[in-house]
Amino acid sequence: MCGIAGLIHRGKSSKVGHELQGMLQALKHRGEDSTGYALYGDTDGKNFIMRFKVGENVGEGSTSVAEDVSVYDERKKIVDSYLSEMGAKIIKEDRILPYSLRYEIEYNKKDLLEFSQKIESIPGVEILSMGKSLEVIKDLGNAKMVCDRYNLDKLIGTHAIGHARMATESGVDIKSAHPFWGYPFSDVSVVHNGQLTNYWNNRRALENKGMRFMSECDSELIAVYLAEKMRDGASLEEGMKESLTGLDGVFTYFVATKDSLGMAKDTMAAKPLVLYESDELVAMGSEEIAIRSILPQEIDTYDPFDGEVKVWQI
Amino acid sequence: MANLKNVTKKTKAQAMGMHTEVLTGRTQQKFFNPDEAENFYYFGTYDVDFNKRTDLDVKDMTAADANKEIDNLMSQGYGTIVIKNPQGKHSIGVGILNKLNLIFEGSLGYFGIGSCDGPIVRINGRVGWSCAENLMAGKVVIEKNAGSCFGAAIRGGDLICKGSVGARTGIDMKGGTIIIGGDAGAFTGFMMQRGRIIILGNVGINLGDSMYDGTIFVGGEIGSYGSDAVDAELTKSDQDWLKRKLKVAEIGDNFDVSKMKKIVAGKKLWNYDNLEPTEKKGAI
Repeated sequence: MCGIAGLIHRGKSSKVGHELQGMLQALKHRGEDSTGYALYGDTDGKNFIMRFKVGENVGEGSTSVAEDVSVYDERKKIVDSYLSEMGAKIIKEDRILPYSLRYEIEYNKKDLLEFSQKIESIPGVEILSMGKSLEVIKDLGNAKMVCDRYNLDKLIGTHAIGHARMATESGVDIKSAHPFWGYPFSDVSVVHNGQLTNYWNNRRALENKGMRFMSECDSELIAVYLAEKMRDGASLEEGMKESLTGLDGVFTYFVATKDSLGMAKDTMAAKPLVLYESDELVAMGSEEIAIRSILPQEIDTYDPFDGEVKVWQI
Repeated sequence: MANLKNVTKKTKAQAMGMHTEVLTGRTQQKFFNPDEAENFYYFGTYDVDFNKRTDLDVKDMTAADANKEIDNLMSQGYGTIVIKNPQGKHSIGVGILNKLNLIFEGSLGYFGIGSCDGPIVRINGRVGWSCAENLMAGKVVIEKNAGSCFGAAIRGGDLICKGSVGARTGIDMKGGTIIIGGDAGAFTGFMMQRGRIIILGNVGINLGDSMYDGTIFVGGEIGSYGSDAVDAELTKSDQDWLKRKLKVAEIGDNFDVSKMKKIVAGKKLWNYDNLEPTEKKGAI
C-alpha cells in the first residue's frame, strides 16, 4: 500500500525532521517495512553532503544477506581513496551505523555523473543522496525507529518528503526503500505510492541512454525518468507533466529539489493524496491524519484531481 | 420451478429455493413485508429522542471505541450526538441503522459514515475516501470537500457535498442521490446502476463510464464521456426535480438548472428496469 508525505515551509525554516517523522508515523499502518526521509536542511551551500551505504541492514525482516562488518570497513576505505583520487576533500565524516555514512565533501566539479559512477563501482556501495542541501536517510522499520536511529528529530530545514513502505514489488532492503535520489542531479529526490506497469520498457530505454538503476523497485523509475528529462533540458515541472503519459500505471508521487516541492497524480487518480496549502506552509500526505499530526486544528484540505501536477517554491 | 403466481407468504426467492440456509447468531434474515409498512425495523436498533442531545469528544479514542460509544449513546436514547475533534480519523460513524442526528465538528478520514441506514449526518469539515459507502437511507451533508469514491455503492438516501469531490464519485451506486456543489474528478458515475448524481461544477474524464442505468446531471464542463454514457434531453420534470433536490440540499441557490446536461446509459441491459428500490417500495 505505502504512504507518502511531504511539506514545504515558505519563507522560513522549521524542524522538518521532527515534522516529517510525525507525518510518516501517522501513516505507519500503510507499511513499515522501511521508512525513508529526504530532508532539505539549512546549510551554507558550500560543500556537498553525501549520504551513502556500504552494506545493507540485515535485521529482522530484511531480504539482504548478512556480511561481516570488516567488509563494510574495506568498502569505506576504497570510497575514501576514490574521493581522494577525484580531488574531493572530506570535511566531516559521520559513521552513523556500521553500514551507513554521512560525509561533508568539498568538491568543485559540477558533473556528478563521473563522481557517482566511480564511487558506485565499488560493489555494495550506493550513494543514497548527493547535494548541498538534500540528505536521504532510509532504513528498515517505521518512521520513529528510523528517526531515532539516525537522530533526525533536530534537523532544521525548509522542506522534506518521506515514504512509509509496504514492500510489494521488490525486497525489504535499503536499496529498494524510498526516497530515491534523482541521480546524478544534485538535490533531487522522489517518493512514490503506486505501481508502474511499463517499468521494464522504460528501464531498458533509459539504460540504453546511459541512466543508472540501483534497484528493481518500480518507483526508482520516476527519479530516473525525471533526471533524464532534466538532463535533456526540461524543467522539473515539464518533466513531471510528461511523466503523466510516459509512465503507465497508478501513481501519486512527490519530487523535491533544493528550493521546490512538487506532486503529480496519474490520470485515473487511483492513488490517494490529501493536500493542505497556505501562504506559509504546504503539507500533503496519503491520508489527512498525516497532515493532522502537524496541524491538529481544523483546516481546509482537498484531494488534487486526476492528472494534476503542482510545484511550490520555498 | 415453483408456482410463483400462487406464492403467498413466502417470497419468490424462498419459493424458488434460493434461501435454504438457517441463519443463527447476530446474522438475521429479514424480508420486507408491505403489511408492516414503516414499522419495518432492524434488529438491534433503538428508540431515540432527537431532543436528547450530547457531545462526544473522540480526540483520544480509537475509531472502534468511538463507534461503540455512539451505539451506547443511542441505546440511552440520545437522538442528537455531536462528535468533537474527529481530526481526520478513519471509519467513524459507521454501521448506524438508526434514525439519529449526528453532527461532526471537524473532518473525517476514510470510510466515514459507511454502511448506514437512516441517520441524518452533518460534517462541518472534509471527508476522505469512500465516505458514506453503501448508504441505504438517510441524509449526509459535507460542508467542505470530499475525497475519491464518494458515495460508492449507495442504495438510497441523499449524499451532499458542498465542495468538490475526487475521482469515482458514485462508483457502483444502486440508488439514492449524490449532489456535488463544486467539481468532481475522473470516472464519476463509474459502473453506476441506478440513482442520480448532480454536479453543479465541472467533471473530469470518463464520466459515466460503463454505467448500466441511472442519470447524471452536470452544470459545468465535462472532461470526456466514458463508454456507454450518452446525452439525453433535459425534460421539464427533470428541471422541477433538480430544483427540489437543490433546495433540500441547501446549495445552488439561483442555479439555472435549465442549462444542465443530462447523461444516461446508452445501452439497455436485458431484464433491467428503471425503478429505484425506494420507488419500488412506493409502488408496493
